[in-house]
Amino acid sequence: MRQILTQNQSAAGALESPRWRRLKSVLRDVFSWRFALLVFASLVVIYPLLWVVSLAFSGQQSLQLVQDTRDLGLWGQLAALVPLPEQWSLQNFRAVLTEQPFMRWLLNSVVVAAGTTVIGLVLSCTAAYAFSRFRFPGRNRGLMLFLVSQMFPAVLMLIPLYVIVVQWLGLGNSWLGLILVYAITALPFCVWMLKGYFDTLPFEIEESALLEGASRLTIFYRIILPLARPAIAVTGLFSFMTAWNEFILASIFMDDEALYTVPVGLRFFVSDYSSEWGYFAAGSILVSVPVILLFLALQRFLVSGLSAGAVKG
Amino acid sequence: MIGIAVASIEFRGVVKRYADSAPTLPGLDLHIRDGEFMVLVGPSGCGKSTTLRMIAGLESVTAGELWIGDRLVNDLPPRDRDVAMVFQNYALYPHMTVFENMAFGLRVRKQPEREIRTRVEAAAETLGLVELLARKPGQLSGGQCQRVALGRAMVRDPQVFLFDEPLSNLDAELRVQMRASIGRLHREFGTTSVYVTHDQVEAMTLGSRIAILNGGELMQVGTPMELYSDPDNVFVAGFMGSPPMNILPVSNLGHALENRLLQLPRQGLERFGAELLLGLRPETLCPAAEAPAHWVRFSAPVEMVETLGAEMLVHLGEGDERLVARLPGLRSLTPGESLSLAFDPAALYLFDAGTRQRLREPRAVVAPESELVTP
Repeated sequence: MRQILTQNQSAAGALESPRWRRLKSVLRDVFSWRFALLVFASLVVIYPLLWVVSLAFSGQQSLQLVQDTRDLGLWGQLAALVPLPEQWSLQNFRAVLTEQPFMRWLLNSVVVAAGTTVIGLVLSCTAAYAFSRFRFPGRNRGLMLFLVSQMFPAVLMLIPLYVIVVQWLGLGNSWLGLILVYAITALPFCVWMLKGYFDTLPFEIEESALLEGASRLTIFYRIILPLARPAIAVTGLFSFMTAWNEFILASIFMDDEALYTVPVGLRFFVSDYSSEWGYFAAGSILVSVPVILLFLALQRFLVSGLSAGAVKG
Repeated sequence: MIGIAVASIEFRGVVKRYADSAPTLPGLDLHIRDGEFMVLVGPSGCGKSTTLRMIAGLESVTAGELWIGDRLVNDLPPRDRDVAMVFQNYALYPHMTVFENMAFGLRVRKQPEREIRTRVEAAAETLGLVELLARKPGQLSGGQCQRVALGRAMVRDPQVFLFDEPLSNLDAELRVQMRASIGRLHREFGTTSVYVTHDQVEAMTLGSRIAILNGGELMQVGTPMELYSDPDNVFVAGFMGSPPMNILPVSNLGHALENRLLQLPRQGLERFGAELLLGLRPETLCPAAEAPAHWVRFSAPVEMVETLGAEMLVHLGEGDERLVARLPGLRSLTPGESLSLAFDPAALYLFDAGTRQRLREPRAVVAPESELVTP
């Protein structure tokens, strides 16, 4: 009897072991409605992306999904929904990189995005520091104006920007024109974001440095900027992505094919006269790589940077 | 390592006003001597931190003159004043190591690297920070952070040290240790120091002299014992000492002082007003049975007893006539019980009820037959 009891106890003990408890908790999570909802939402987002990847690596120029699958039977039709290429090939990538001026467009995009990031950060860091630390006439109105400018649709600015940049400044068809436009349109968000972060840095740190003999500029470069790295990383990423992904302004300002940025260049793979979806997909993946790498490099700053800006901004 | 660089500080009618508001400091005259440890003390908003920040150059002087040594510094930027400041929240640079924090000021001033290393290591040695030089402030405790802040101020060998409530963020035990360290450093180096606090124990233990401020006005300046034993007004009397001096309203009958608790025959009261305030230190009160014959005796109901071990604080009286007595903690008292106490008539203070200023009277004017008459 006692033996039986002991066996039962040990069986119960095994069932209630930490590993079993962990498994139970995981299973409970997996079969919850929240999990189902998240899986569904993830599929909605990922499914089209998987098709892009599938198409890029298929070596073909069209989707199997859009071909006629009526004769394939039920299983064939279901199989057609799975985003896997019939054969794997790097042909699309090879063609995009060698037969098309893709590398040229990529260079244009890199120069424009990097220039936008650098100029945007220099302008927004200095402006945000001034807004955060100095009291001057027009300070509050300036901040409010920045905010108001974000409330208008970006398309509204197309014509004024074209007139100013292309007709008045003569900077159409140039990297500089596009860099200026991107840097300045991203400025309000960047200034608010950085100002919010600068506000959280204690004044005493700067006062202490002032007493130690540091100038305002030294304090800005050696104390404030290093401390604001998380916010600067987020702001820089935002500026970079604004410039990297932008299509409308770039397509209007750039007439010369050699000066196209990647989003503008990609458009020509799918136009009235051609529909090279394979090249388009391969190009899109190539365009995403630098942004993904940037995200990975900066991810440790992202959470703290975004939340800091959000709380105080 | 650190030479003795001293400078006096002088406020001559210094006014500080923010925008259109009433002045924070309506006109301060204060002389801080060479090598002195001056403590500025007072309640929140009394202007003590503003005064300190004006010395540092972090606040402008609206009017008047501020001198450090033989230089008028009204318009001198902070970096040219040769002062170092220790802040309440340490104000260390979080992204720099302890060494870099302490070396920052010297590097900004382009000192040779070898000199910087020598000075920082010497200061670290003095403050017991040698093991921590490679750490960053986030890896340090509050006490260690404050020692780094102190070291950062020391390495520059300034003419003046400024302390803005440096111990407020520390726990009680650490505060006592740091207080001792600051006092020792001042005795060792003798640099002119100005220390702001609202803690009168810090003020009493550290200060060569104490300046008490209230509402921007300088109430009194003096050594800790001068302020304790010879206060100029009710505010100072109430501020120094723990528990504070008992202040009881009394009527001046010309030949005696009277309130519901006691009647005290006294000569020389004719020149004072009809309503006075009588000040009595809790520690000057003692049980009536143990007092000399000529001491004044009175009785009052016990309201509450705070037992502190070797002694106890007995709260007595009712209405406006409430007072606290610090008595030996060997007896048991129950609330409501009537307690007979006595005090030396020479140990009382008189203040004008209107101006709240001290009424100084010639000593030994107490009538020989003076004794308590309980109404």
